[in-house]
Amino acid sequence: MLGEIIKGLGTTLKYLFKKPVTVQYPEVKRPVRERFRGRHELKRFENGLERCIGCSLCAAACPADAILVVPGENDKDHPNSPGERFAATYEINMLRCIFCGYCEDACPTNAIVLEHQYELSFYDRKTSIYTKDMLLVPADQGHGEIPPILEQLQRRPSPPAQIDL
Amino acid sequence: MGFLDVIILLVKCLVLALATTTMFAYFTLFERVLLARFQHRVGPNRAGYIPLPGGRKLLGGFLQPAADAVKLFFKEDITPALADKWVYLISPAFAVIPALIIWATIPLACWPSGGDGVVPLGGCAPAGGSNFLQLAEFNVGILYLLAVTSIGVYGIAIAGWASNNKYSMLGGVRATAQVISYELALGLSVLGVVMQASSFSTADIVAAQWGWWFIVPQFLGFVIFLLASTAEVVRAPFDLVEAEQELVGGYNTEYGSMKFALFFMSEYIKLVAMNAIAVTLFLGGWHLPGLYTLAQAVTDNFGQFAGAAVLGLTSLGAFLLKVTLLSFVSVWIRATIPRVRYDQLMHLGWKVLLPMALFNIALTAVLNVLFTDRYISGAIAFVIGLVVVLVVVFFEGPRKPASEVKLVNEAASRAGAQG
Repeated sequence: MLGEIIKGLGTTLKYLFKKPVTVQYPEVKRPVRERFRGRHELKRFENGLERCIGCSLCAAACPADAILVVPGENDKDHPNSPGERFAATYEINMLRCIFCGYCEDACPTNAIVLEHQYELSFYDRKTSIYTKDMLLVPADQGHGEIPPILEQLQRRPSPPAQIDL
Repeated sequence: MGFLDVIILLVKCLVLALATTTMFAYFTLFERVLLARFQHRVGPNRAGYIPLPGGRKLLGGFLQPAADAVKLFFKEDITPALADKWVYLISPAFAVIPALIIWATIPLACWPSGGDGVVPLGGCAPAGGSNFLQLAEFNVGILYLLAVTSIGVYGIAIAGWASNNKYSMLGGVRATAQVISYELALGLSVLGVVMQASSFSTADIVAAQWGWWFIVPQFLGFVIFLLASTAEVVRAPFDLVEAEQELVGGYNTEYGSMKFALFFMSEYIKLVAMNAIAVTLFLGGWHLPGLYTLAQAVTDNFGQFAGAAVLGLTSLGAFLLKVTLLSFVSVWIRATIPRVRYDQLMHLGWKVLLPMALFNIALTAVLNVLFTDRYISGAIAFVIGLVVVLVVVFFEGPRKPASEVKLVNEAASRAGAQG
């Protein structure tokens, strides 16, 4: 019995002289994995147009019912997005969101992407609703080419096959 | 006793009480940081630091106790509706007052004052004078210590009863049973020291350890005292009183805010006080080799007061160093050893420590009569004590007999054969 106790004491004493493994969080942040699902971002095309076309498929796919999309008609001369419609309102309730990533899968234009920001905290429930201007990436950060199909303004994109509506 | 003496005594009481409470606050920090390091963590390092050039921070977290105190002060103070209100309110005081007054008879250091100024070798108080850094010196100081440490359990028992909560009640009952069980072994292990020093006075016991700390002749007593005092202050691994898994929080479940803080305080002050008593009884108190020589040199060069002051401060440092070492051991044990079962606790107290303590008394008595030279008897007692501890540890491990142990694989295969 004494042997076991001494062995145990020796083990704890050994750890006393080791360097702690703690990461000093606010000062030091561990990098997240590449496919980490954090806060959403609404991406843009390279020419600055919004990728989101207001189709509401993300809202339909959302298991937590966290997304609200209200589509609007694009102004032909100053379009917000390629195609006829754009998201006039785009809101995500971060308290409801479970960060499952189904909205990413549902999106036909790769507009919504779950990015690496994970510091989401609020002082009240109202601020937990992220609006479109919070989610949309700034205009100077484009995100690739417009898919050719969207250049033909008369054709509507078909819903992607992988989402079972 | 003049008016001035009363004032000095009151100031000394106040300073000692404040010092022990401050020490409690920093002991919690000491323990949290050490436990964290034992567990490969960092521990509290946010509240307060000393900025160094180059952006480095020194002593991170040294204001953590203050932050904790402020938090506890501002917590809501709740009294359960069905609690026995007055008893409920008074029991934290019952717990904390004994913890504070334990310190009165412990000689914290040696600061000779008054009298003829001649410090007796090993002792401290000059003839006709006193030791400035011992609040109260009287001829049954040890009995006082034992009495006060055991009174502390009333606070816990009453708190458990007054909360009107079955978990608190169980915690209080457990505390009572545990403290009563270990009181015997504790008292008997102290008795060995008393026999060795032929005195009940704490100052005399420290003086008797001049050049020969009682951990050597009373090695058995020291081991018993360490175990029994850990159980007496219901500290891990004997903290069944507040076993979170079984009893929520034990006796302090229904206490919040500063009332909880007072229980917490009494527990930690008692722990450090027990370590201080162990230092006083077994580790030579404030003695450290070379202290008298240093004090004599200062007295010769700078006068008597300077000599007394240097002796006082260095011996206080030695005492605190020893207490810190023992406290480190307490934290170390807490970080290592899991909580014992209740039957193991009772077994250890009644069937192991109590007979060992009785044997220790007999051994001390016989050896001190047989050999007049204290070094010979001490050496023999040390060897016998060591042998006894090893033998007891070897034969008294609380393990099941081999016939009752069922190996998992064996049992499973048997069940498979039957099914």
